[in-house]
Amino acid sequence: MSAALERLAELLPPGRLLVRPVELAAYESDALTAFRTRPLAVVMPETEEEVIAIVRLCHELKLPFVARGSGTSLSGGSLPIAEGIVIALNRLNRILKLDPVQRIAVVQPGVINTQVTTAAAPFGLHYAPDPSSQSICTIGGNVAFNSGGAHCLKYGMTSNHVLGIKAVLGTGEVVEWGGGSRERLGPDWCGLFVGNEGLFGIALEITLQLLPKAECFHTVLAGYRTLEQAGDAVSAVIASGLLPGAIEIMDALALEAAVAAVHAEYPPGCEAVLIVELEGPREVVAIERERLDAILAASTPVEMRPARDADERLAIWKGRKSAFSAVGRLSPDFIVQDGVVPRRKLGEALRRIAEMSRETRIRVANVFHAGDGNLHPLILFDGREEGALQRAEDLAGRILKMCVEMGGSITGEHGIGVEKRDFLGDMFTPDEIDCMQRLRAAFDPLGIANPGKMFPGKEAPAMSHVGLHPLEKAGIISRE
Amino acid sequence: MISPASLTELRDAVLSAPRVIAVGAETKPRLSAVDAVKISMRQLSGITEYDPSEFTFNALAGTPVREIITALEEKGQYLPFDPLLVEAGSTIGGVVASGLSGPGRFRFGGVRDFILGVRFVDGMGRLLRLGGKVVKNAAGFDVPKFLVGSLGRFGVIGEVTFKVFPKPAATLTLSMPFEADKMARIANSRFEAAALDVLPGGETLLVKLAGPGAALEVLAREIGGEIIDNTIWDEIRETPWSYKTDITPDQISDFKAAHVSCGGSMAFSHSLPVRGMTLRGDAPLWIGGRPRFAIEAAVKQALDPQQRFPTLDD
Repeated sequence: MSAALERLAELLPPGRLLVRPVELAAYESDALTAFRTRPLAVVMPETEEEVIAIVRLCHELKLPFVARGSGTSLSGGSLPIAEGIVIALNRLNRILKLDPVQRIAVVQPGVINTQVTTAAAPFGLHYAPDPSSQSICTIGGNVAFNSGGAHCLKYGMTSNHVLGIKAVLGTGEVVEWGGGSRERLGPDWCGLFVGNEGLFGIALEITLQLLPKAECFHTVLAGYRTLEQAGDAVSAVIASGLLPGAIEIMDALALEAAVAAVHAEYPPGCEAVLIVELEGPREVVAIERERLDAILAASTPVEMRPARDADERLAIWKGRKSAFSAVGRLSPDFIVQDGVVPRRKLGEALRRIAEMSRETRIRVANVFHAGDGNLHPLILFDGREEGALQRAEDLAGRILKMCVEMGGSITGEHGIGVEKRDFLGDMFTPDEIDCMQRLRAAFDPLGIANPGKMFPGKEAPAMSHVGLHPLEKAGIISRE
Repeated sequence: MISPASLTELRDAVLSAPRVIAVGAETKPRLSAVDAVKISMRQLSGITEYDPSEFTFNALAGTPVREIITALEEKGQYLPFDPLLVEAGSTIGGVVASGLSGPGRFRFGGVRDFILGVRFVDGMGRLLRLGGKVVKNAAGFDVPKFLVGSLGRFGVIGEVTFKVFPKPAATLTLSMPFEADKMARIANSRFEAAALDVLPGGETLLVKLAGPGAALEVLAREIGGEIIDNTIWDEIRETPWSYKTDITPDQISDFKAAHVSCGGSMAFSHSLPVRGMTLRGDAPLWIGGRPRFAIEAAVKQALDPQQRFPTLDD
C-alpha cells in the first residue's frame, strides 16, 4: 500500500477505503460509459468532518480527488483519475432540516433529488429541478453540474434553487455562503459555485428553496406530419404569451423507440409529437387551457390528445421520459449531446442534423426541450464495429459546433466534463478560458479537485465501447 | 469622470487610472462612494439585441431600465424581478452590480435568476464574455451570477444578457392585516402569489396576484382582504431606501420599521438596521460586518491582480 493510502487508512476504517480492483470496478465510469479509468482508491466518508479531513489530506499530499454521487453524469464529470481517489458521497445522505415556513430544505450532498420532494410533499411543497435521472442522481452532483430538466424555461436550473452552500474548497478552506434567505448581500458566491463541475471543491451542506406544488395541470400531446409543423406550433405557443411549465418534442425515431419500450401509443403517421404542459391554480389553468387548445388546434396537428386525468398525464410523461432508454432497443449503443440553439433556429438545427445523419449514415433520434432550444440528439452506433464510436463522436462534435455557430451553447444542462472539453474553445476565447482557469486556480491552486475536466489540453483518457449503463438498461435512469 | 462610448473605450478607461469604479445613474450612491476615478456608463447605452420569441435581450450596461421595460412591454414581456428605482434612472448594469431585486423576486427569483450572460472588463483590461446568450446554458463557470451584487469590485460590466417572461394579462393587489401564519399559508398555497410584502409598521400585508383577470378575482375572494390600487407597487419600487438587509420570515418582527419584501426575505429601511448594506448616506457600506473567507482575496487576485477596482471593504 502506498504512503498516501496509508494516510487515508488512518482517517477511515477498512470497510470505507476500497483499494481492491474488484471493489474499484464499480467506480470506473459514470453514465458517459465510453470513458473508463480505475482510480487508486475509493473512500466512503460518512460525515462532513471526514470529507474535510480527506480533502485536506489530499491537499497536503497533492493527491487528486474526484467527488462522486450516483455516477449519472453524462459528460464524464465524475470520471476517476488513475493517480487519484474517488470520494463517494452517497453516505452523506441526510436531510438536515426541512422548514415549511421558510420553505427551505438543508441537505447533505448524497441526498437523492426526488427524496427532497418526497420530504417536502406533506407540506404541499416540492423541489423544482427534475433531471430525468432524478430518482437516483444526488443533489451534490446536481450542484456540481447545475443540472436541468424538463421545467427549466419556467423554473430555471439547479442554481436558481440553491440558497446556501457549505463547502470544502480545493485549498482545504471551509466556507459557508448564503443560507435560509432567498436574498443575499455582496457577490453571489453560491451562484459561482454551482456548476463548477467539481473543480472548486465539494459541497457539504446545500440549502434548497422549495416551491408550492402546482395545484392543477393541463397536458396536451399533439402529433404532426413534420418536425417543422411541430416547431411552428412551439413558436405559436411562445408568441401567445403563455408560459408553459414544459414544451417537449420527440421525433419519429424516438417515437418508434418509446412505442417499443413502454408500449406508448401515438397518433399514426406522425413524424413528430409535441407535449405542452400548463400548470397553476385551477382557475388560471381553466382559462389558459382554452387558449392553448385553440392555438394547437390551429397548428394543423394530425391529432390532439389532452390528458383527461392524472393517469393519462403520467402516461404521456412516461413515454417522454423513457425515450432515451428506449432508444437502447434500437441500437446497441448511443451517445447523447445537449447543445442549445436559439429557439427560432430549432427548425434549421434539426434540418442540418438530419442532413448530417444522412450524409454519415448514422441514425440520430431527437428528443428535446423545445421551449428552451435545448437539443438532445441521440447518436446511434454499434460499438462492436471498428471505428463506429469515433464516427459517432465526430458527428456529435459537428452538431456542437453548429450550436455555437447559431449563437447557442455546447451544453444546456449536462456540463462540459471530459466529453466536451475540446469544444470549450469554440465557445470562449483564449482570454475567457484563461479567466476561468485563474478562477479555478484561486479555488484549487494545486489542481487536485477533479482535474482533467472542463478545460481542453489535458491528455484524453482512452475511450472504449461498453454499451448502456446497467441502470439505463433496467429503465431506472435515462439520459436527458 | 471618464465617459467611454464603446466597449473598446471602456477597456481603455479601466486601464487609464490606477483605481477605477463604474457608475450608472448613481441611484444607490453609497455603493460607489469610494476613492477611485469614476467611469460613467451613461454613454454605453442601448438595447443591442431583442428577439421576443427567444425570451432574451442584450443591452449595454448603461441602458436605463425604463427603456428596457418599455421595449419589453411593447412585446408583452417583462422582467419578473421588479427592478427598483426605475423612474429615478437606474441602469441595467447598476441593477446587476447592486444585486437589487424588487417584490416580484418572490415568484420567479431575483436578478441572479434572470441574468444569462455578461461582457465585462477584468482588472487586466480584457473584455470577456462569460455565460451565454440563450435561455439555457451550462458551459463554463457562472461568472455572470457572481457579478450580481459584486458592486463593481471584481470587474466592470459592459453588456448583459437577460431572460424575460411573458407579462401576465392582469395584476391584482390585496391588502390585509399582517399575521405571520397567514403570510406563510399564502406563500405555501396553491395561489402562486407574485409578491408578498409587509409595509413599514409591520401591520399590513400586501399580496400581489398575476394572471388572467377573471381567475384573479376568484382567487382574491378566497384569500380575503381588500382589493387596492396596483400603483402601490410603483411607490414601493421608487422609494429611495437607505439600507437593505437579507432576512428570513422569522425575523420580520425585528424589522417592523422596514419595508419587508419577497415573503420575508429582504428588508428595506430608512433607519439604520442592526445589519445590512448601505445604499445611500454616510453609514459604513456593510453594517454589522460581513462574512469573510480567504477565497475572496484569491478570487479578487484572479480577476483583478493589480487591485484596479476597489475592494469590498473600501
